[in-house]
Amino acid sequence: MTRFLIRRLLASIPVLLGIVVVTFVLARLLPGNPCVAELGEKATQAQCAQFNHREGLDKPIPVQLGKYLNKVAHADLGASFRQRRPVTTLLAERLPVTVELSIAALIIAVLIGIPLGVFAAYRHNTLADASAVVVANVGVSMPIFWLGLMLQYVFAVTLKRSPLGLPPSGRLDPGIIATPFFERWGVHANGVFRFVSRLLILNGILAWKWAIVGNALRHLVLPAVTLSTIPLAIIARMTRSSLLDTLGLDYVRTARAKGLGEFLVVIKHALRNALLPVVTIVGLQLGSLLGGAILTETIFNITGVGQTLYEAIGARDYSVVQGFTLVVAIGFVVLNLLTDIVYTVLDPRVRVT
Amino acid sequence: MSAEVGAPSAVPAAAHDSGDAPPPDAGAPALGRERGLWRDALRETFRKTSARIGGVLLSIILALAALAPMIAPHSPTEPLLIGGKVAKSIKPCIHLLGCAASKPQFIMGTDKNGRDVFSRIVFGSRISLLAGAAAVVFALVVGVALGLVAGYRAGWLGNVIMRIMDVLLAFPSLLLAITIVTVLGPGLLNAIIAISVVTIPVYARVVRASVLSIKEQEFVTADRALGVRGPRLVLHRILPNALTPLVVQATLGFATAVLDVAGLSFLGLGVRPPKAEWGSMIAGSRDVVFTSPHQVFFPGVMILINVLAFNLIGDGLRDALDPRLNR
Repeated sequence: MTRFLIRRLLASIPVLLGIVVVTFVLARLLPGNPCVAELGEKATQAQCAQFNHREGLDKPIPVQLGKYLNKVAHADLGASFRQRRPVTTLLAERLPVTVELSIAALIIAVLIGIPLGVFAAYRHNTLADASAVVVANVGVSMPIFWLGLMLQYVFAVTLKRSPLGLPPSGRLDPGIIATPFFERWGVHANGVFRFVSRLLILNGILAWKWAIVGNALRHLVLPAVTLSTIPLAIIARMTRSSLLDTLGLDYVRTARAKGLGEFLVVIKHALRNALLPVVTIVGLQLGSLLGGAILTETIFNITGVGQTLYEAIGARDYSVVQGFTLVVAIGFVVLNLLTDIVYTVLDPRVRVT
Repeated sequence: MSAEVGAPSAVPAAAHDSGDAPPPDAGAPALGRERGLWRDALRETFRKTSARIGGVLLSIILALAALAPMIAPHSPTEPLLIGGKVAKSIKPCIHLLGCAASKPQFIMGTDKNGRDVFSRIVFGSRISLLAGAAAVVFALVVGVALGLVAGYRAGWLGNVIMRIMDVLLAFPSLLLAITIVTVLGPGLLNAIIAISVVTIPVYARVVRASVLSIKEQEFVTADRALGVRGPRLVLHRILPNALTPLVVQATLGFATAVLDVAGLSFLGLGVRPPKAEWGSMIAGSRDVVFTSPHQVFFPGVMILINVLAFNLIGDGLRDALDPRLNR
């Protein structure tokens, strides 16, 4: 087990290095002049030279890359040209927003996707199974930016006056301010606390402010549902096919032969093994949710990682593009690694390979 | 694509595998069959209702694209005038469905610039299909080449290629595509390139996995003993046997490509207005979605149908071509 872990960790080092280099190169290749973007069209050459010197942009690219690697190793991602704030600060502010959205989406996807898949496999080759398959196929093919807009229309316009009405954008109603929980607790705020306090729902629970929790939840429903569509469908499909495979195995037949009820056979015997590949899929989806978050956050006007990145790319804010892409990609690699490890723990057969 | 599998020896046509697992046992080819793998596969595929539905949906879209000028009642880019005024944001009106016959008839209404939504949708099918096809073909060519090299020369070269693929796969695909388009500049061609680059690793991996297992098989050894080497061995002996997982992947990749082209256009990075493309139609009408949702509704449905068609066919193909799934 340890050897497997070490090998797996070592294998991800070149990938991580590659990611740093790719993000650096891509950010450098963005067209446009950061000096003009920052100081405006009227910037003189002298001003630009000074700007480039201050930001280290006048050095050769390899030197810049070396400096960048060194900085990254010290958790320094530079500062945003536009906002004049360290990228890490910006990240600490925006990452929790996306994390909250992604977790909510994943919870929806798992809570609906797995039962849907189980149901379909349980009722294999019936109308119910076929409908579940249709739902899953439509979900996988969904243009989520369109779904988001349609949900906004239905729940924020058509049903506005009904109990089902939901707010179309933002994280809280205007005027509502969520006080960080640590202020109410009267404890000193550190980085972790600040991060947690930006997860609005968790913060509301910790601060015992149920009105805020409710408000944040209502704002979260539509974006989370939108973002969950594709993972939900993928999880449902995977659960269904994996469970169908497992139900054909000998030990399941044995369980049936000894007289167990069908429900027990499916849920207690087959499902446990069938869920193994689903674990992998769930892990992989968590990473790809970040891609979907760009579209979802743009539509629902949520200032998370996705929206920030999209705006930074448009504004040629190099450091933000670099830093955010880097963190997202590293997060992706780490999540995949964790998925692998969880899978290995659950299924000892994998370790041999 | 050749209809026959190129290996000369008695190799089961199903000698392939999409993962890293060892190849399945000689998939028991029925004796006396003359029809060939691909025909059988197609027949098998379209025996499933879902794949048949996919086929019908795709045929409809293909027909729309091919016959666009005949089907579309109006120009996709010119604003329509009614009584000298631009026909802005008119709701769908079909007499058969109860709309007064005296009103101007628009199946899907008009957009905020007074253009007929239905005509734009019809012409949009061309861009969607072309962009999807171009993205898949480009990614296929590059991905297959890289996968063949990485699989055949599994030494340091193969390793380097696959590590680069790993790095590309480490980015959420849409994020990487957005960055690439921004670097190259917005536009349909660049969006296609970006989407291809992002999907290259998928094809490279599939091909490499197949090549690794195929090149250990006896018919390859036999070919080598006969003096077949290099490109000929790879292209004429190994590649044809690695095609099945690739075809499945390409069909499913088509779905992703169509979706991503629409997504990039929605973000303003793909097709530029006033050209009719479904994603950019949604983007263009986004600000009026609360007052006239039909302008957003129909293009989205079309994207969904198009992607769904490819997914259904791809799934059917996979089931038909994967001998492990024959239950």
